[in-house]
Amino acid sequence: MAEVAEKEIKKSEGLFSKKNRKLLTDPLDANNPVTVQVLGICSSLAVTVQLKPAIVMALGLTFVTAFSNLLISMIRDTIPSRIRIIVQLAIVSVFVIVLDQLLKAYVYDVWKQLSVFVGLIITNCIVMGRLEAYAMANKPWPSFLDGIGNGLGYGVILVAVAFIRELFGSGSLFGFKVLPSWYIGNGLMMLPAGACIIVGIIIWIQRSWNGYAEED
Amino acid sequence: MKFLRNLLDKQKPAFEKGGKYEKLHPVFDAFETFLFSPNHTTGSTGAQIRDAVDLKRMMNTVIIAMLPCLLFGMWNVGYQHHLATGKAADFISQFLIGAWAVIPVVIVSYSVGLGIEFYFAVRKGHSVNEGYLVTGMLIPLVMPPTIPLWQVALATAFAVIIGKEVFGGTGMNILNVAMTARAFLYFAYPGQMAGSNVWAYLGDEKTVQGYSGATALGIVAETSAKLSEDKTGLPFANAGVQALTSDAWIKGLFSDWNLFIGTVPGSIGETSTLMCLIGAVILIFTGVGSWKIIVSGFAGTYLMALLLNTLAINAFMAIPAHYHIVMGGVAFGIVYMATDPVTAAHTETGKWIYGFLIGAFTVLIRVFNPAYPEGIMLAVLLMNVFAPLIDFYVVDANKQRRKNRLKYATL
Repeated sequence: MAEVAEKEIKKSEGLFSKKNRKLLTDPLDANNPVTVQVLGICSSLAVTVQLKPAIVMALGLTFVTAFSNLLISMIRDTIPSRIRIIVQLAIVSVFVIVLDQLLKAYVYDVWKQLSVFVGLIITNCIVMGRLEAYAMANKPWPSFLDGIGNGLGYGVILVAVAFIRELFGSGSLFGFKVLPSWYIGNGLMMLPAGACIIVGIIIWIQRSWNGYAEED
Repeated sequence: MKFLRNLLDKQKPAFEKGGKYEKLHPVFDAFETFLFSPNHTTGSTGAQIRDAVDLKRMMNTVIIAMLPCLLFGMWNVGYQHHLATGKAADFISQFLIGAWAVIPVVIVSYSVGLGIEFYFAVRKGHSVNEGYLVTGMLIPLVMPPTIPLWQVALATAFAVIIGKEVFGGTGMNILNVAMTARAFLYFAYPGQMAGSNVWAYLGDEKTVQGYSGATALGIVAETSAKLSEDKTGLPFANAGVQALTSDAWIKGLFSDWNLFIGTVPGSIGETSTLMCLIGAVILIFTGVGSWKIIVSGFAGTYLMALLLNTLAINAFMAIPAHYHIVMGGVAFGIVYMATDPVTAAHTETGKWIYGFLIGAFTVLIRVFNPAYPEGIMLAVLLMNVFAPLIDFYVVDANKQRRKNRLKYATL
């Protein structure tokens, strides 16, 4: 029975058809939420001093974006368009509170490091942006994939920035010293200003890689 | 000279279009124009008259204006060295020890910076700009004499790439490149850039007993913070000056005369207000530096200090206004950094505002932020960012005035 159902879905459109795969891979590079759309900059400067909180934050945001995308997409036809923002916010906050409680229960020390930035996922432009731009107009499954893709696209940048900052700022990775003891930590890397410069350099590399040209 | 010319002419075809080293033409061009005046001619259309004062000559003038600071800085590094180690030495050996500490910093700054400039020129296929000649000299002058050379190299690379090349090279940068280098080190490696252990070059020698390497600004800031914490309600008047007299480890080290001449610990080139003023005269006389920025910068410093004197809620605010001009690097910053024609305001009225605010902010940062005893670096960078905005409003006001005139004329 189950096999038959699966085949039927495949006929209409494969779960991981080319189009759906693109939803996952596009935000990683060509349409990255941080480096191309320049969204979610605030938290990517704030939680990237060390790798561990950055990874937790990336996973958390992926979770929230994916499931709020899914839920909004399911009820998208019943949301009156005049109050859609408040409906979206309510749903996002439900998932953020779930995430907040989960983090508090299982990784308390990381939760303390992330402090307000878990709660601030509610106002993260990436989450709201995907809801408005994608979930409100697309079916649940592609919306879910879109949420995961954008969450991971954000996560890739977060982890890259945190890797550089932790390595050069304190000479360690995941809290373990990896650089020799004579290495003097670069204080600029510990400041959000350093993260801003790193994000800029990543954008620079990405653009020269992808052949970006300024529009007039 | 003839020999050099012949040598260059012999090599020239290899670097021309179609030659063996066509790609390296900017490198060749840079050396040729450095040695001889360029023989570029104007096109058949457009302006036909060219002034002999090109970018290169302007930059050379600035370097000449910096020489007093550099030479005095070298001597002072040696002088401070002998003070700290308690040895007597004559002028020549003081100068030599200072040169021994300073010249490597200059070499590192120039070789790293010019290396990056040449790389970008070859990559982008344009000629090497002369802008770095000045920056490469400014960077060593704003470093403490004990700065590790690898940090100089790192800061130079950061400033040239992130501060200048990403914006499009010489003439396009928003921030003063030398100040960017200093700011980078200030935040990245505060242990080697600030505090009281970096201002005297010691070599391997021990200091004399009672030695303290604090700068005048450091002493005043510390006294001010201490008095604010005590809350004993002491009158602040003169507490700063008293601290300068009593806390100096050699009697009279921080007298206002010494601060003016520059025989005090500090960054290599910044200590001497007198030498900066000589540089300012050269810059103003040749028309290379804007006298408006220099005058309004000093005026801003002095007037803001006077204003704070009347408020005087901490010891730093009560310090006599002229101390703010002679202490630290305010003179150096105003004369050599603020007048950078690329990052300063471009309109004539804007220059007055720009210079004045640099001076005023320097004093404000010094007085109100105990974490940053010196304010000129942050003030210059801040006003660099605001310079286009100042220009915008000056131009806008001019437009508005002319529009009004037109309105009344047609009435």
